[in-house]
Amino acid sequence: MSLRIVVCVKYVPDATGDRHFAEDLTVDRDDVDGLLSELDEYAVEQALQIADEADDAEITVLTVGPEDAKDALRKALSMGADKAVHVEDDDLHGTDVMGTSLVLAKAIEKTGYDLVVCGMASTDGTMGVLPALLAERLGVPQVTLLSEVSVEDGVVKGRRDGDTASEQLEASLPAVVSVTDQSGEARYPSFKGIMAAKKKPVESLDLSDLEIEADEVGLEGAWTAVDAVVERPARTAGTIVKDEGEGGKQLAAFLAERKFI
Amino acid sequence: MAEVLVYVDHVDGAVRKPTLELLTLARRIGEPVAVALGSGAEATAGTLAEHGATRVLTAEAPEFADYLVVPKVDALQAAYEAVSPAAVLVPSSAEGKEIAARLAVRIGSGIVTDAVDLEAGEQGPVATQSVFAASFTTRSRVSKGTPVITVKPNSAPVEAAPAAGAVEALSVSFSAQATGTKVVSRVPRESTGRPELTEAAIVVSGGRGVGGAENFAVVEALADSLGAAVGASRAAVDAGWYPHSSQVGQTGKSVSPQLYIATGISGAIQHRAGMQTSKTIVAINKDAEAPIFDLVDYGVVGDLFEVVPQLTEEIKTRKG
Ligand SMILES: Cc1cc2nc3c(=O)[nH]c(=O)nc-3n(C[C@H](O)[C@H](O)[C@H](O)COP(=O)(O)OP(=O)(O)OC[C@H]3O[C@@H](n4cnc5c(N)ncnc54)[C@H](O)[C@@H]3O)c2cc1C
Ligand SMILES: Cc1cc2nc3c(=O)[nH]c(=O)nc-3n(C[C@H](O)[C@H](O)[C@H](O)COP(=O)(O)OP(=O)(O)OC[C@H]3O[C@@H](n4cnc5c(N)ncnc54)[C@H](O)[C@@H]3O)c2cc1C
Repeated sequence: MSLRIVVCVKYVPDATGDRHFAEDLTVDRDDVDGLLSELDEYAVEQALQIADEADDAEITVLTVGPEDAKDALRKALSMGADKAVHVEDDDLHGTDVMGTSLVLAKAIEKTGYDLVVCGMASTDGTMGVLPALLAERLGVPQVTLLSEVSVEDGVVKGRRDGDTASEQLEASLPAVVSVTDQSGEARYPSFKGIMAAKKKPVESLDLSDLEIEADEVGLEGAWTAVDAVVERPARTAGTIVKDEGEGGKQLAAFLAERKFI
Repeated sequence: MAEVLVYVDHVDGAVRKPTLELLTLARRIGEPVAVALGSGAEATAGTLAEHGATRVLTAEAPEFADYLVVPKVDALQAAYEAVSPAAVLVPSSAEGKEIAARLAVRIGSGIVTDAVDLEAGEQGPVATQSVFAASFTTRSRVSKGTPVITVKPNSAPVEAAPAAGAVEALSVSFSAQATGTKVVSRVPRESTGRPELTEAAIVVSGGRGVGGAENFAVVEALADSLGAAVGASRAAVDAGWYPHSSQVGQTGKSVSPQLYIATGISGAIQHRAGMQTSKTIVAINKDAEAPIFDLVDYGVVGDLFEVVPQLTEEIKTRKG
């Protein structure tokens, strides 16, 4: 029986570029370069490895985001995913994490799944809660923040390295998994992969396809409100000295002056 | 006055510092009612009472340790239903965020994560977030349901504020999902004897410039002279020189100490994401062009193997 894997991927503003907010205090996604969140590359990689181990598996990559978010899907397809689903709707602008998780959960149910694979966090919102929210909404186990993952005989196993302990986890499918950047380097798309991706199907869904009302999502439907965004003032230029044999002592004097010693 | 639920992060009854900080913040918006779960839950009551908890709701059951996250969500939901609080505050640990998020879905509320400050506002608690690698500060609030807010370590002072701290048993019935993810085994992290990275007042970090696992002794010696925690960049962690649990940055720990000392670290955006809110930043790097110098209060351009041992010696001398 085929293992149906859905990988959630997010299209995010490039962290090394000029990230900023639009007038309505949402992230400006039009005016900045975006890309597949690097942490989701690890999710795609683990899905590909799980699919390789399975007799028969199909990987669908899923994103919720504007038109440009197709770039993230293309990247994942060129890495080796089989098909893509893009949820796109003008009414989604400004959706917060509760709304995003609702849309993703409905899209996952519509697609059909045995295993959902997510990144540990996006590189923009960085909340790191979406996988747990999906598990809650789908009513299936969460096996999250894994640095090692495998699937065998309908059971997903993995290692979670937490604050105070390292744990081995286990759950029956269907389940939601998230993987960390310790799970293994993501492959680069090959030229063949990039060419093949152009022919792979990308299905577009809107809110009506998912039977979600416009007022359940978007800025208006959001469960949270951003009242103010302020750019952090640039740090005032600090003192920089060149070590000419006394650098350690000079630094000690600075630390003493600030009462750290 | 309205009650505010505070989820207690503890290890066998020893309350971790971020929870005590949450109690400080909770008192700004109401009367803190603490929820402590699992082995040692009742033993937390003394500390929680000293720091302002008017009530301490406790539950012990093997499920909390044997299964991932959901049993704790079930218990927090039971507390929520028993108390009808004005807000729910949870420490921003990986697990804390997951518990908070699932609770928010169940009670139909919004969630704000990784707050670095919290105040009472006209429309409910207002959270400050530091976003995009700390280049922007936002003020947000939950606009639907009971605010569920997770708060980062070092966001508020720990203050003594003695309160009743009456222990009450919380009755929890576990949901069908509670036993979905089994914890098959657990290996506790070995203590280094140094302060906890996210809670430390001073952090000394080493990067690729440290050049090898054995060289981290230089970084550790400086840390020990200051009573500091040791951190590392991802380059140092990936090279296997220092454990992943010490990684500072976007995918590692986010730290906000009084003093952060970066040695042999260039200051990539992903590293900055985890340390840019430190109060005082110091860097030692032999490359005068390293981006880390854009952030520093004090920087030394030089070889860390010259500067750091000299600094450590000087600290020891000054401390006598
Ligand atoms: C700086 C900032 C702060 C924010 N703070 C809040 C807040 O406090 N509360 C709130 O409700 N919303 C907040 N948001 C909005 C929130 O980021 C989005 O709703 C987002 O889509 C979900 O959160 P995340 O990206 O942080 O998810 P995370 O939980 O960090 O993402 C984990 C994984 O979920 C998957 N995923 C996330 N989003 C998508 C998507 N659109 N499509 C496909 N897969 C996805 C990916 O696999 C990703 O790796 C914030 C946004 C920003 C930019
Ligand atoms: C998705 C993603 C997530 C990431 N998450 C993190 C994260 O959480 N944390 C993190 O740190 N990085 C993270 N990174 C990696 C990050 O981009 C950088 O690669 C990393 O921070 C570099 O580490 P470094 O500064 O130690 O190494 P380098 O950038 O190689 O810098 C080494 C520095 O040491 C200096 N140096 C060398 N020798 C000496 C000497 N003898 N004395 C003094 N100075 C010396 C050099 O001048 C140089 O500036 C992430 C990357 C990605 C893509």
